[in-house]
Amino acid sequence: MCLAIPALVVELLPNDMARIDLDGVRKDISLALVEDVAVGDYVIVHVGYALQKLDPDEAAETLALFAELGKAA
Amino acid sequence: MSTKRTAYVRPLDLKQGRIEMSHGAGGRAMAQLIGDLFAAAFDNPFLAQGNDGALLPPTSGRLVLTCDAHVVSPLFFAGGDIGCLSVHGTVNDLAMMGAQPLYLAASFILEEGFPLADLKRIVESMAHAAREAGVPIVTGDTKVVERGKGDGVFITTTGVGVVREGITLSGDLARPGDKVLLSGTLGDHGMAILSQREGLSFDAPIVSDTAALHGLVAAMLDCGADLHVLRDPTRGGLATTLNEIAQQSHVGISLMEAAIPVNPVVAAACEFLGLDPLYIANEGKLVAICAGQDAERLLAVMRAHPQGGRAAIIGAVIEDALGFVQMTTRLGGRRIVDWLTGEQLPRIC
Amino acid sequence: MKYVDEFRDGDLAKNIARKIALAANTNRTYRLMEFCGGHTHAISRYGIADLLPANVRMIHGPGCPVCVLPIGRVDQAIRLAREQGVILCTYADTMRVPASNNLTLMRAKADGADVRMIYSTQDALKIARDNPEREVVFFAIGFETTTPPTAVAIKQAAAEGLKNFSILCNHVLTPAAMHAILNVEGGVKLDGFVGPAHVSTVIGSQPYEVFASDYHKPVVIAGFEPLDVMQSILMLVRQINDGRAAVENEFTRAVTREGNRKAQSLVGEILELRETFEWRGLGTVPNSALRLRPGYAAFDAEPRFGVEYVAVPDHKACECGAILRGEKRPQECKIFGTVCTPQNPVGSCMVSSEGACAAHYTYGRFREEVQ
Repeated sequence: MCLAIPALVVELLPNDMARIDLDGVRKDISLALVEDVAVGDYVIVHVGYALQKLDPDEAAETLALFAELGKAA
Repeated sequence: MSTKRTAYVRPLDLKQGRIEMSHGAGGRAMAQLIGDLFAAAFDNPFLAQGNDGALLPPTSGRLVLTCDAHVVSPLFFAGGDIGCLSVHGTVNDLAMMGAQPLYLAASFILEEGFPLADLKRIVESMAHAAREAGVPIVTGDTKVVERGKGDGVFITTTGVGVVREGITLSGDLARPGDKVLLSGTLGDHGMAILSQREGLSFDAPIVSDTAALHGLVAAMLDCGADLHVLRDPTRGGLATTLNEIAQQSHVGISLMEAAIPVNPVVAAACEFLGLDPLYIANEGKLVAICAGQDAERLLAVMRAHPQGGRAAIIGAVIEDALGFVQMTTRLGGRRIVDWLTGEQLPRIC
Repeated sequence: MKYVDEFRDGDLAKNIARKIALAANTNRTYRLMEFCGGHTHAISRYGIADLLPANVRMIHGPGCPVCVLPIGRVDQAIRLAREQGVILCTYADTMRVPASNNLTLMRAKADGADVRMIYSTQDALKIARDNPEREVVFFAIGFETTTPPTAVAIKQAAAEGLKNFSILCNHVLTPAAMHAILNVEGGVKLDGFVGPAHVSTVIGSQPYEVFASDYHKPVVIAGFEPLDVMQSILMLVRQINDGRAAVENEFTRAVTREGNRKAQSLVGEILELRETFEWRGLGTVPNSALRLRPGYAAFDAEPRFGVEYVAVPDHKACECGAILRGEKRPQECKIFGTVCTPQNPVGSCMVSSEGACAAHYTYGRFREEVQ
């Protein structure tokens, strides 16, 4: 519902902030709502806050599900 | 014997000085501003004559006249400024009519207190853009408004050009079967401006694509392709331009989303702000609509030109009494690309 | 964009579409509600309806926080800006919502009220710090995704002793709205829900289990991208065919059963349930919205400025209510596309780009040839 975008954490900043990168666009956002975020993690960003870490293994599994051919016609 | 006395005239303080009301009053201060700043930078025989109008040599052929006001804020942005933007904008309007740009006129509305250093930057940028385009700024005007009544500087440019024999380009000439071409990536200018305003930062900033396109247009006209419409997608973006043409020509337009070039960082900035690149302003791109059979040839010519390196065929003109611009999305479904509603506001929720 | 572009791939879309077509039983209709406004927008913007068989119908739900905001709430915000001289901070989405007396926040701003569009509650805090002599009010809207950012701001404001900051709290709850949809008298027949993406990253998948167990409606939580939505539709069709009703999670890369505990407890610390709250289209819904806890009452703009909520009925011809409940489609509203357009919106479904009417008008009205 609310516009949120997965972005790469490129730098941890003081005051519970982080710099994120989305294809070259940089923004400083708040980590107040998440824990144990490290540089190199992907987070879901909404209105200036990270809401959740993105799990790369689950992402890969989901993509694999999309590609499954399923039953033959 | 008397010695002739010459009054000492304090030179313009182009480092620390500011525009004052006297610079617009028609007296010595204004003459100095025009002479030392504008005429010095634009530097051509027409201006040197010092008249209120430029006497132009006879020109044969159909003339095109165009006019634009420029109110961009911020005045200076990555890739350009209000000065070169105003030259490019008017040169492009002439080029979109198939005209070779001949002369420009420029009028300035300056706000009291505007720094002369900034004005110098802008004027020199205009001069440079005009020289590169080969189009002199032959006459102009200057007015000053009180502090608070103007946004620094507003520039209005007028241009005149001449159209080649046998060429007619107009928004009502698109026909079913025509192909739609775009000269390059969408959204660079608008996002360069908006990112600066919205405080987005970048590892490599988005740079405005502001450029004069008459060279590209000349190459396109030279290749003999049957060109029907040329237009530059400025305010309101590609979507607005195509909707205008569809309405003028009473046709529909069908686009392929996957064919439309957008720089990844521009796409990302749009994603961040909840904006659609189809509606973002461009200042160095054009849309061309040509007879279907000439599209590949035209594309090759565009791609060979420095300003058309990312050119692409993005769609076709179709029969449609309702004049919709439709698009096949990259997912394979269909949607319309509608007129813009109001101003595009960043979407949050 | 990583984790975005791969989830918009056209070839994968065709593959999933094929599987849906194979799975969908031609003897029945599948009526699926996508609750979330972002999903409504994605479905229209990518033309997903073209990729579904005709007997799989998407019904747009009320998960658009702007669309469900009653006129009277926008009136409160406008009054604060115009009459109390506050700096009214808001997300851009509310600026064009039509309120009483032909006003919008946009028009109030044009008339001279100090209305400022912000991206983050952090921006609102900064405005409060930079303007200590002015009152700053944040117009807080949104479902559970957007509530934690408000909670963070209040907690920070309290810690800093910020005296000039308050909020107009309109945060609403997803499961309560889903209950309301299912309990509407003679309401729309639904076979399953596509659950919201980002709300679920916060609340987890557990709150939806009641809809499977008590109402026997399958729920599949879908990610934000179009392929996520399509895969979730496939998963729902399969459940319906099997006669199952379970909560499944398609958005496993960001959603767990418990959700974001840190965000949940922060919200619980600052906000509490309101017994009732009026929703546009759903009427008064119990336990469906939040307000500040007594300990944070100083940050509540309603008592602070004495600006009361006055209920205002919708325009007579406006069908937003029926549309939000999924009973009518936008094109079935008499004023859709004629009097009511994004240019001149009458109801909130047309104002927000996630509203069913705006989404259909902007992306899909060529299907019915509304020019």
